[in-house]
Amino acid sequence: MAKTRSWRWSLPALLLAGQAHATGIQFNMTPGVTDISQQVYALHMTIFWICCAIGLVVFTAMFVSIILHRKSRGVTPATFHESTKVEIIWTAIPVLILIVMAIPATRVLIAMEDTSDSDVTVLITGSQWRWHYEYLDYDIDYFSILATPRGQVEGRLPKGDNYLLEVDRPLVIPTGKKVRFLMTSDDVIHSWWVPAFAIKKDTNPGFINEAWTQVNEPGIYRGQCAELCGMDHGFMPIVVIAKEPDDFAKWVEQEEARIAAIREEEQRLLALRMNIEEQMVLGERVYLAHCAACHQPNGTGLPPMFPALKDNYVTTQDRAEHIKVMVDGRPGTSMASFARQLSLRELTSVITYTRNAWGNDTGDVVQAVEVYEYMQGKGE
Amino acid sequence: MSTVTTADHHDEHHDHKPTGIKRWLFTTNHKDIGSLYLIFALAMFFLGGAMAMVIRLELFQPGLQFVDPQFFNQMTTMHGLIMVFGAVMPAFTGLANWMIPMMIGAPDMALPRMNNWSFWILPFAFLILIISMFLPGGGPDFGWTFYAPLSTTYSNDSTALFVFAVHIMGISSIMGAINVIVTIVNMRAPGMTWMKLPLFVWTWLITAFLLIMVMPVLAGVVTMVLTDKYFATSFFDAAGGGDPVLFQHIFWFFGHPEVYIMILPAFGIVSAIVPTFARKKLFGYASMVYATASIAILSFLVWAHHMFTTGMPVFATLFFMYTTMLIAVPTGVKVFNWVATMWRGAMTFEVPMMFALAFIVLFTIGGLSGVMLAITPADFQYHDTYFVVAHFHYVLVSGAVFSIVAAVYYWLPKWTGHMYDEKLGQLHFWCSLISVNLLFFPMHFVGLAGMPRRIPDYALQFADFNAFVSVGGFLFGLSQLIFLWVVIKCARGGEKAPAKPWEGAEGLEWEVPSPAPYHTFDTPPQVK
Repeated sequence: MAKTRSWRWSLPALLLAGQAHATGIQFNMTPGVTDISQQVYALHMTIFWICCAIGLVVFTAMFVSIILHRKSRGVTPATFHESTKVEIIWTAIPVLILIVMAIPATRVLIAMEDTSDSDVTVLITGSQWRWHYEYLDYDIDYFSILATPRGQVEGRLPKGDNYLLEVDRPLVIPTGKKVRFLMTSDDVIHSWWVPAFAIKKDTNPGFINEAWTQVNEPGIYRGQCAELCGMDHGFMPIVVIAKEPDDFAKWVEQEEARIAAIREEEQRLLALRMNIEEQMVLGERVYLAHCAACHQPNGTGLPPMFPALKDNYVTTQDRAEHIKVMVDGRPGTSMASFARQLSLRELTSVITYTRNAWGNDTGDVVQAVEVYEYMQGKGE
Repeated sequence: MSTVTTADHHDEHHDHKPTGIKRWLFTTNHKDIGSLYLIFALAMFFLGGAMAMVIRLELFQPGLQFVDPQFFNQMTTMHGLIMVFGAVMPAFTGLANWMIPMMIGAPDMALPRMNNWSFWILPFAFLILIISMFLPGGGPDFGWTFYAPLSTTYSNDSTALFVFAVHIMGISSIMGAINVIVTIVNMRAPGMTWMKLPLFVWTWLITAFLLIMVMPVLAGVVTMVLTDKYFATSFFDAAGGGDPVLFQHIFWFFGHPEVYIMILPAFGIVSAIVPTFARKKLFGYASMVYATASIAILSFLVWAHHMFTTGMPVFATLFFMYTTMLIAVPTGVKVFNWVATMWRGAMTFEVPMMFALAFIVLFTIGGLSGVMLAITPADFQYHDTYFVVAHFHYVLVSGAVFSIVAAVYYWLPKWTGHMYDEKLGQLHFWCSLISVNLLFFPMHFVGLAGMPRRIPDYALQFADFNAFVSVGGFLFGLSQLIFLWVVIKCARGGEKAPAKPWEGAEGLEWEVPSPAPYHTFDTPPQVK
């Protein structure tokens, strides 16, 4: 709350100072960190100044007229009401300006659409309300979800500097290399936007779009989903870390090792029996991160779109169906498959958690092997 | 307004209208129906405005304070639908009903019973739309553009009501448009040749053709949404061979001409008001007519500029970029002509003129940001941000809405027989002018800085601008209460208005007494 107050009162202070640095307030488009984004910025500024010039001419004429040609000054109105010459001139001049503007715009657009000869390819898949990144050249894929705690959104915790613009696992790309993005969606249309790269491309379910970037500066770049995609459209940020090629190679190694370790852990887990306490702790964490946005922290849901899990037939009785829904999702609804998104351990724990939280009290302890067998049984 | 006060009228004997509620339910009189449309539009303007207040309240600070994201999305969706289909379009239809017959010297609209029907289905359409908000799961929350598959597979059952409501609105608009066309083509007074028509009539004629061409397209696309959702078709579902982007092509093939449907009559209004208060003939009448027609034709060739980020082929993108830039030319001609009309006139600055002047400046700002949006590479950065929100509110609020307000002030004396309160009107104007800019100008900055539209919560660097915008929004909302008061006051009494209250006004509507008798031009006037 203290944090909230401090920026609120900074508003008059900002006005007085006449400049805005404290909160990083920004008036204009970012020039970005790629050659393309800087060309886009240049186009933006050119057309902006052209528009200002046109506005200046029109409004000057208008205000001169308003000041001079008013009845209170005792003027008599002129009687002219047409002039072919003048009309041709003010039709022709805008046409010329537009042609001058269209040439560089066409050039930049064609450069932006050329995705050939890329060094790295990442498949970006949007779903409600998270991004999935899959490196086609490496054995790496993971989900990237909002990392801002719910408490900050609801005002129970002070808001951090990167409020709503932070994720658990950012996309990592190398600098100085042409990175190609393939984009698609698992459900509705989303739009992947990173202003610093001047990339905004819709992810259409069932189709693949392409874009590319070549980042010059290492750094952390943030963006957001730009196409209304349902309830939590405002809560699916994008974070991209650009690393020097050497650091990127190291990251790839680590990430491949991490993902291999998770797979090994899964195999080990199959032989293991997790107790309910352990599962409830992990399950709650997973639930709050992945489920609570729709089904609500207390399991009451937002019916009819997002059913209550508290006292629900599936979560209290039909254990097999519960596992099936978690693994397969419910096609045609917002309930996605969580088989790829959660580790086996997380998946198992969150099922146990929902079967025992908020008075569901089934006492069921689901084990990893049970979930695993269902996945195998359908040939996953 | 309810009684005929002029003594000299020969048609008094067939003024046998019923009284009370029956008069309004069964009326076939263009003036009554015009009033109904205008009152309905005003009510919807306040309802849609109240929803905007909810939006601005939630966005006043970062964090979620007042509404949950789902309700927020319902508010943005309903605000858009109500303002477009409930406020702006019916207001223009109301003005058309009141003014077109009087401007062309016709006794009434050509199809008076259809006129009654096209109004009276409208309240039911909006009743259905509003009721849908009280269904379990809430009303439409997929934005007024209802992109599939968010509006099909992923929507709740209020979608069925939404589709039905849009169908009714569409039928109403089409009937209204047919009536306008038939009236203008067939019922002009002798001597009222095409190139003598007031520009308001011309712009409405062209608007009516646009309506007839695109409202069926809207009806088609909502029907496809309905069958995709309930009858297992796959127009917009790749799994069944469809394409979600097809939705956007069809929607915007309707949607872009729709934008001009909401602005062409505004051009007509401004072209009536500026010459009146500049006491000088409209500059370039013929080029105004041709510019309007060019804009209407071009409006069918630019729809995909709403879709630059969908991944169209580069040549399609280039085509739509060029055609979009071209629209700036006829639009520029209009603005230059208005300025040339003022030039060396003898201007006075009554409230209608003030709103018309504000329209020219602010609409031009909206037009210029439109040229910026046409530049496709830059559009990738602007698209779906508050920059777009700023752009279309400049053309629709300080454009279309300001023109409607200007028209109301301009013709109120004719409608009510009383002058409005000039002081209150000026107060309304200045409050509106300042607050509308406080409301929409900072949206340009916050959009360029990277704030997406349609989000209920935002990152901290957008906080200061949003606080400004919200304050501007509340002030703009409050200012419109002054307007309501001025209109009510004027309807109830005030200084008696002469037949022609504006010194420089021209046109047949000023030749009938104020208030205009219930029946005008039973005998067609002779236009020289």
